[in-house]
Amino acid sequence: MTSEPRPGHHSEITLRVNGKPHTLRVDHRRVLLDLLREDLDLTGSKKGCDHGQCGACTVLVDGRRLNSCLLLAVTLDGSEITTVEGLGGDGEEPHPLQRAFLDRDAFQCGYCTPGQLCSAVGMLAEAAAGHPSHVTGPETPAGPPVPLDRTEIRERMSGNLCRCGAYPRIVDAIEDVI
Amino acid sequence: MTGTTGTTGAALGAPAERREGRQKVTGAARYAAEYTLPGRAHAWPVPAAVARGRVTAVDTAAALALPGVLAVLTPEDAPRLADPEDATLAVLQGPGVPHRGWCVALAVAETPEAARAAARAVRVTYDTAPHDAAFTEHHRDGYAPQEAGGQPGRVEHGDPRAAFAGADVRVDVTYRVPPLHNHPMEPHASTAHWDGDRLTVYTSSQGGTTVRSTLAQLFRLPEEHVTVVAEHVGGGFGSKGTPRPDVVLAAMAARHTGRPVTLAYARRHLPTVVGHRAPTVQRLRLGAGHDGRLTALLHETTSPTSRVKEFVEYAAVVSRVMYAAPNLLSAHRVVPLDVPTPSWMRAPGEAPGMYALESALDELADVLGLDPVELRARNEPAEEPGSGKPFSSRHVVDCLREGARRFGWEDRDPRPGVRREGSWLLGTGVAAATYPVQAAPSTAGAQALPDGTFVVRINAADIGTGARTVLAQVAADALGVPLDRVRTEVGRSDLPPAPLAGGSSGTASWGWAVHEACAELASRLAAHTGPLPAEGIETRADTTGKADADSPWARHAFGAHFAEVAVDTVTGEIRARRLLGVYAAGRILNARTARSQFTGAMIMGLGMALTEGSTLDPAFGDFPEADLASYHVPVHADVPDVEAHWIDEDDPHLNPMGSKGIGEIGIVGTAAAVGNAVHHATGIRFRELPLTPDRILAGLLSES
Amino acid sequence: MDALGYVRPGSVQEAVEAYAAHPGARYLAGGTNLVDLLKLGVEKPTTLIDLGRLPLDGTEELPDGSLRVGATVRNSDLAADPRVRTRWPALSQALLAGASAQLRNAATTGGNLLQRTRCPYFQDLDKPCNKREPGSGCGARDGVHRDHAVLGHSAQCIATNPSDMAVALAALDAQVELYGPDGPRRLPAAEFHRLPGEHPERDTWIRPGELITGIVLPAATAGLPSAYRKARDRASYAFALASVAVVLRVGDGVVAQVGIAYGGLAHRPWRARHTELALQGAAATPAAFEGAVALELAHAEPLRDNAYKVSLARNLALDVLNRLAPAPAPA
Repeated sequence: MTSEPRPGHHSEITLRVNGKPHTLRVDHRRVLLDLLREDLDLTGSKKGCDHGQCGACTVLVDGRRLNSCLLLAVTLDGSEITTVEGLGGDGEEPHPLQRAFLDRDAFQCGYCTPGQLCSAVGMLAEAAAGHPSHVTGPETPAGPPVPLDRTEIRERMSGNLCRCGAYPRIVDAIEDVI
Repeated sequence: MTGTTGTTGAALGAPAERREGRQKVTGAARYAAEYTLPGRAHAWPVPAAVARGRVTAVDTAAALALPGVLAVLTPEDAPRLADPEDATLAVLQGPGVPHRGWCVALAVAETPEAARAAARAVRVTYDTAPHDAAFTEHHRDGYAPQEAGGQPGRVEHGDPRAAFAGADVRVDVTYRVPPLHNHPMEPHASTAHWDGDRLTVYTSSQGGTTVRSTLAQLFRLPEEHVTVVAEHVGGGFGSKGTPRPDVVLAAMAARHTGRPVTLAYARRHLPTVVGHRAPTVQRLRLGAGHDGRLTALLHETTSPTSRVKEFVEYAAVVSRVMYAAPNLLSAHRVVPLDVPTPSWMRAPGEAPGMYALESALDELADVLGLDPVELRARNEPAEEPGSGKPFSSRHVVDCLREGARRFGWEDRDPRPGVRREGSWLLGTGVAAATYPVQAAPSTAGAQALPDGTFVVRINAADIGTGARTVLAQVAADALGVPLDRVRTEVGRSDLPPAPLAGGSSGTASWGWAVHEACAELASRLAAHTGPLPAEGIETRADTTGKADADSPWARHAFGAHFAEVAVDTVTGEIRARRLLGVYAAGRILNARTARSQFTGAMIMGLGMALTEGSTLDPAFGDFPEADLASYHVPVHADVPDVEAHWIDEDDPHLNPMGSKGIGEIGIVGTAAAVGNAVHHATGIRFRELPLTPDRILAGLLSES
Repeated sequence: MDALGYVRPGSVQEAVEAYAAHPGARYLAGGTNLVDLLKLGVEKPTTLIDLGRLPLDGTEELPDGSLRVGATVRNSDLAADPRVRTRWPALSQALLAGASAQLRNAATTGGNLLQRTRCPYFQDLDKPCNKREPGSGCGARDGVHRDHAVLGHSAQCIATNPSDMAVALAALDAQVELYGPDGPRRLPAAEFHRLPGEHPERDTWIRPGELITGIVLPAATAGLPSAYRKARDRASYAFALASVAVVLRVGDGVVAQVGIAYGGLAHRPWRARHTELALQGAAATPAAFEGAVALELAHAEPLRDNAYKVSLARNLALDVLNRLAPAPAPA
């Protein structure tokens, strides 16, 4: 095969994904999303647009929600990644938010669901850390946790598209775990 | 409603939880591109860079020299296919380029990155021909098609023009709907692999049975040599209703390279190759007496199609169903252009058609000074206007009245443009909804196992509707057993063949066959004595001749949509504050998943009203709004609380479950309800979608 | 994108040296736009120089009351910074009006300033675009250009700058700190981006090899009333059709200090100098605002399908000015 890549275009990196360390040699062009899906066979993170325009690939990197389709894997050496497969931890029980999505029928086709779930987990942490959103009133003090009403949840979750239109049910599910 | 899973005979109608839900929320559910077979390669298409012409040369040298590249298929050397029935599938079969974005080469490589780089390195030379991609309703190439959505292209009763000319009150308005894109969250994708002359594909499809027969025909294989798996499908909304080029190209690439190959379309490829809702220009002429009774209804629509095949966006068909007008014209025109081929998008025909018709009705109500609910009630037909058939059931006025009650419509001040809240103008609007009842023949198998459980097998597609779940409910009641004793297997072509999930017909078609197979199994079991044999007892049903039998009845679901909007006079931005739908759709088989389908479709209708639309660029012949940053699917922040309710209908003329389709009616009329609310808020009629700030602001400024 | 080299310098100096050593290299920060453009084939670097581990991720208060924000501070962190929220609220608001939470968690201060236009013709390799491929033409001018520029465009290019953040920085008189082969320098944020003119391929005045090391929010606008407002096609997660950032100080009913910048109207954040000049020392009244705003927008040259932007910008500016101006004292 003529396909052996030229040196200098790959690097070795180590990531912890859902608590497990992985050392891989990655093509510098490879984004985290493709690393998860192609190299680790963790296909829960979805490719909806591949350009940061839909949120289906959202994962947690060192606790922050990010679009894994726009993160070059080589830049993430040493990072801690949590995907939808790891939200529930090691146990059999799903994460409370996963349970709430089931209870509320917060999805139909399911393709945006992993991204919605990871995004919601990240969002709850952001609000707890006092991060404001576009709809946070100017009178809200800077610093303490921001209370999440439905308007706040909707704005903060707007980076996750759902073409089946499960939005109201997703907001219901998130409210259930607040 | 809890506890129903353990109760016999109470499964139908229960809000049973989705059976694949746990897989979907844990990331375990695999979609077509996620079958990571050993040695799998990736394909990336090269889209045509001209709107019309011929490929004169494809230089693959630079692409093949890149690391990891396995092959580049070209129109010269790609495997030859039998002539497809659907001309959009004749990919890489010749040098012709019928529109921009048409596949002119296919790169195959070890990784998606390498395939993408290779596709970009392919040099295609064209002999470019002049193209015409400028759609206008008066285009000289326009013609009246014979058929529109399986119905006659034109229906005319009485003397509509004369009746309109002589009417006491007239409304003559033209509405425009832009190109709309299905954009399911999962882009179209297929993974193909060959084992000798046996082909297996994992594909994102609303109907695997047709994928199988199509591939068998194209690759000249016996059908039993083709296996199609579509276990989880990330939405389709019509665009995966029939096979798209991805599955054909993946199979070609797999055959050519001898490797399993995945082709997952990039999002920006989709608009040109998977179909879209064609734009429509619809002229509505309504003539009525002072009492509001329609004397003339003329609904004429024009839409473009491609030169690859004719597709008619059958928007005028709804005027054959909705209102009693003794003089009726419902007619279609299409204009063939050098543009991508349009196709089905959720409620093709009905969605744009009811946008125009229900908006025009609102205009008539305005002219008459009549409440729009009342106007519709006054025009209830005794039988279906287009066919003269009696309705099997029709509760559109009940939906309107129930919706009005729930929405608080009776307190509404009909005057437009008088409700202010700071810089916002507020308004409410209503529109009716309709969608035909359809069903196609299906087969299904049912098996009783010695352990007391049951398996239902059918090659149905669960595209997010909850088919697995509702079919188990149908089976449980037909068998007279608790729901938790029934397992459903769907989404594989080695299961009994079944029609597609489309036209809101899936549950009716599949459920009918499942019901029959289970009813027969129940009677076999009743006659059986002693323990079951190890392999259990199996039955199979085929509804051919029943599901497709002519009916003396006009069968449709109906509904009503209510919307409240706020219009910002500073920016022209619109926010929906409330959406409420009430439906009469036969028996609702699963309250939980049905509600999600209704509200989900209403939200897509909200997108159609406010945010979605692309442009057929005459200069280039495609859609500049090709990604999800520029084509605005509604986001969380656009969507208010959305309510769906239904009226129980007992209609014996449908199918054994008594159900009508529910997947599409939620998008029908929603845009009209929103648009009518915008008129109520602003006093201005906006007759072109979507209602974006540029249009609204221009309207507000020209009024003031 | 073809095969790609990767370098991760540990200091700004090393980064600049790496740039010199790798012809065709590009600096990489959050990657939210660069990786997007790599995939589209619009950007074709040979090597990426990852700035992610440079010590530019801090924010420090300077003795004069200004605030220096490192180039790799994430947009979400900058928007949430209590000092920014209370003293330069327009910046926090602009950041939060842009993109999505996920993108703001990745995007950096420097990268946000260097993001490229979202013109669809720029993003499509099969269409002409003078910005992507000088001399190839402009597909947008006669094509689909509802989102395009109404001010300062040229025959070559009608693209707009997509940043929300940059608009607030321009209005707030922020400075952009650069470091390059010739050492450090500063540019006013309002002058950082160029108009397209004959060279639409150049978005900014940054020199080859220079990188942004930070921005400085000046004491002169700290604590003043300021706000950002944006109009878009959907309620969130969409680029501006038009936007405005305003900082306004009124004393005794008279405008003592004003900064206004528009987004979505031009190839750069459009600082409304004509309006500012007319308002300086004028009575802070709705009528004065209206007249002054019109002065600037009289320079607009709308295209076939985007004249609405002029009215939209006017409405946004008047709304924010009137909101920021203190209510007149009761007579």
